[in-house]
Amino acid sequence: MARRDSSKVSRRKFLSGAAVAGAAATTAPIAAGAAGAPDGLAQAQPPSARRPDARVAAAEVGTPASTAAAHDNRVPGSDFMTDVIKSLDIKYMPCNPASSFRGLHESLINYGGNKSPEFLTCTHEEAAVAMCHGYFKIAGKPLMTLVHGTVGLQHATMAIYNAWCDRVPVMILGGTDLDAAHRPPGVPTIHSAVDINSIVRDFTKWDDQPVSLQHFAQSFVRAYRFAMTPPYEPVAIALDAELQEEPIHENGEKLYIPRYVASAPPQGETGAVREAARLLANAERPVIVADRCARTPNGMKLLVELAELLQAPVVDQGGRNNFPNTHHLRRPPTVIAQADVVLGLELTDFWATVNSFTDNGENEGKGVQKSRIKPGTKLISINSVELHTKSNYQDFQRFQVVDVGMAADAEATLPSLIEAIKSQNLNKDAIAKRGDANRKAKAEARDRTRQLAAIAWDAVPISTARMTAELWPYIKDLDWSMIGSERQMSSWPSRLWPMEKHYSHIGSSGGYGVGYNSPAAVGAALANRDLGRFSINFQPDGDMMYVPGVLWTAARHKIPMLTVMHNNRGYHQEVMHVQRMSNRANRVASLGNDLGPIGTRIENPDIDYAKLAASMGWWSAGPITDPKELGPTFKRAVEVVKSGQPALVDVVTQPR
Amino acid sequence: MSAIRVVRVGLAALAAGLVLDFAAGAAFAASAEKGKEAFVKHGCFQCHGTVGQGSVATSGGRVLYDTKLPVEAFVGYVRSTNQQMPPYSEKILSDSDLADIYAFLTSLPKTADFKTIPLLNQ
Repeated sequence: MARRDSSKVSRRKFLSGAAVAGAAATTAPIAAGAAGAPDGLAQAQPPSARRPDARVAAAEVGTPASTAAAHDNRVPGSDFMTDVIKSLDIKYMPCNPASSFRGLHESLINYGGNKSPEFLTCTHEEAAVAMCHGYFKIAGKPLMTLVHGTVGLQHATMAIYNAWCDRVPVMILGGTDLDAAHRPPGVPTIHSAVDINSIVRDFTKWDDQPVSLQHFAQSFVRAYRFAMTPPYEPVAIALDAELQEEPIHENGEKLYIPRYVASAPPQGETGAVREAARLLANAERPVIVADRCARTPNGMKLLVELAELLQAPVVDQGGRNNFPNTHHLRRPPTVIAQADVVLGLELTDFWATVNSFTDNGENEGKGVQKSRIKPGTKLISINSVELHTKSNYQDFQRFQVVDVGMAADAEATLPSLIEAIKSQNLNKDAIAKRGDANRKAKAEARDRTRQLAAIAWDAVPISTARMTAELWPYIKDLDWSMIGSERQMSSWPSRLWPMEKHYSHIGSSGGYGVGYNSPAAVGAALANRDLGRFSINFQPDGDMMYVPGVLWTAARHKIPMLTVMHNNRGYHQEVMHVQRMSNRANRVASLGNDLGPIGTRIENPDIDYAKLAASMGWWSAGPITDPKELGPTFKRAVEVVKSGQPALVDVVTQPR
Repeated sequence: MSAIRVVRVGLAALAAGLVLDFAAGAAFAASAEKGKEAFVKHGCFQCHGTVGQGSVATSGGRVLYDTKLPVEAFVGYVRSTNQQMPPYSEKILSDSDLADIYAFLTSLPKTADFKTIPLLNQ
């Protein structure tokens, strides 16, 4: 970026000027009297540049002089940045400290009083972003993080991709130092780049590199607004070091902070809503499928209203807790096969919703693909992601033809869709019969599920069903929230526990980037702490070891949560992949000395997660191998968490 | 009949032929104890659980525990399945081990009725 207002003395220019003043005074002009120069005037003017002598060169490339001389009462630009940030009431800032944003760091904790945002010390940028990710899914408000624009952002990228895929807003500010001629040499220069945001541009909604404080103010508020307009997504702002550290000119009298006004979420077009309503009202077997439909608690209420209006079964794909699992209309994906109309709400993958894929090597290695639906089934899609997607990363999945498509936010469109259906001539008798059939099927399924949970009841390693059931008596009377992913443990929590609130569970990573669960759970627990809720995190062992330092962050900042290790001692998804490839090649999978194919197990030595957690300030217990020990241990752990501490119970489990 | 379907029928017939031999030989010598070891050694437990309890995540919710499949159908499936589970040839999983695994799965003690487990009735 161009340097601003060269007539004024900047903090850095002041420093560099002081360092080289003596040298410059004794340096002979190199252009004086040069042949061909205009006479008179040229002779009288100093040259526009001088060749540096040894002292000047040393000053340019050596260690910067002490900053003591620069301490004065001038207000750094980062104070204004702090005011801008505070205007948006961002409560926390999970962050790993770094020199490229030292100016803003100093302003936030000193000038800003370390409140809104409060600095939460993280041991890795991936953890910081994932904490923001988890926090949002409980609080519904975004957090921000600061990262080194190069190495820190490189650490953060996977977590940003997860947030992108999971449609979660995160404010990411990356430090950089753009002035190649004046920035400190050595590490600060290595940690600068022309365009730091380029490495995340494919999976952020918007990014900018402000060149003035007013530009920063506009960009920050703009970024917040973009991030918070469905589809929610992360955004990135580059922070020039000089912009942070230079004093505010003219006492900041010309600076202003733009007022944030939320954009209304996009609704489906009226004609498309009417057509969808007509199809649904006239359907004999409508099925609703929801993935990230309920982006707020109101989304769940609206979806219940829609489902009850039609007595249509709802398949919840679990990106959010869209629909109460105790409701008689919550049904398994198999109901899709009987549908004559399928309404997809914010689906990650509509193709896989209505088609199956069998990874069996047939069809020249492409696997077998089959339709799950009957010919003629009408498909309706409401999906805000169509409004904002990009080309490189393929999270938009396979292309699925639909009969009615709305590039719109599903939750925002539901009220008009409900009203449009009400205006149709509904067959109330048929609708009531659908409800009865779903009620009966739901009751039968519940008993089948509990019988399945009983099968490995006394098994060692401990079954994930038993682990889930043993915890229930100690949390059932609390205002609890499950903040970890359950897919790795056969989804037993949502099969056995009533999940009737928006925060009963918060879905998973979105991008399936391993290393999400533990830090996102800490972020979600932080939000739950402020809301007086009890946080439960079932934690896969492989995921834990990506950023275990987040355990320390939870203890350091007094974030109570119960983490139950789903310790199957392996990267289980990969166990299955390598087994499949081995069989396809007609070779015995080589196990080495482990229980799974080489490279897929986390054993020999076994990791002691209780000791790991204890070393970072957690109450902990385990490893537990006897299912009879679970109940008493959970009882103690729940009491610890209720006292305000984090607690971890390591349970050695079945693979899934 | 599609080409794939023809091949599949052929494989099933082949598997059935093997089963006859299998049933006449290895199946009779099966050991539940050895089957338990083979179930772990060959990685069956990774998707099906150590007592065949299955998983909605890895076995499509199918349960091997107390399987009602006749041994012929069981062997036919393992040898020639084209579903998510990869087929296991004799080179990977011997007839003897497969017979032991079947013996193990059919020897498991009966699971309690969930109604007798208080934690599953809350």
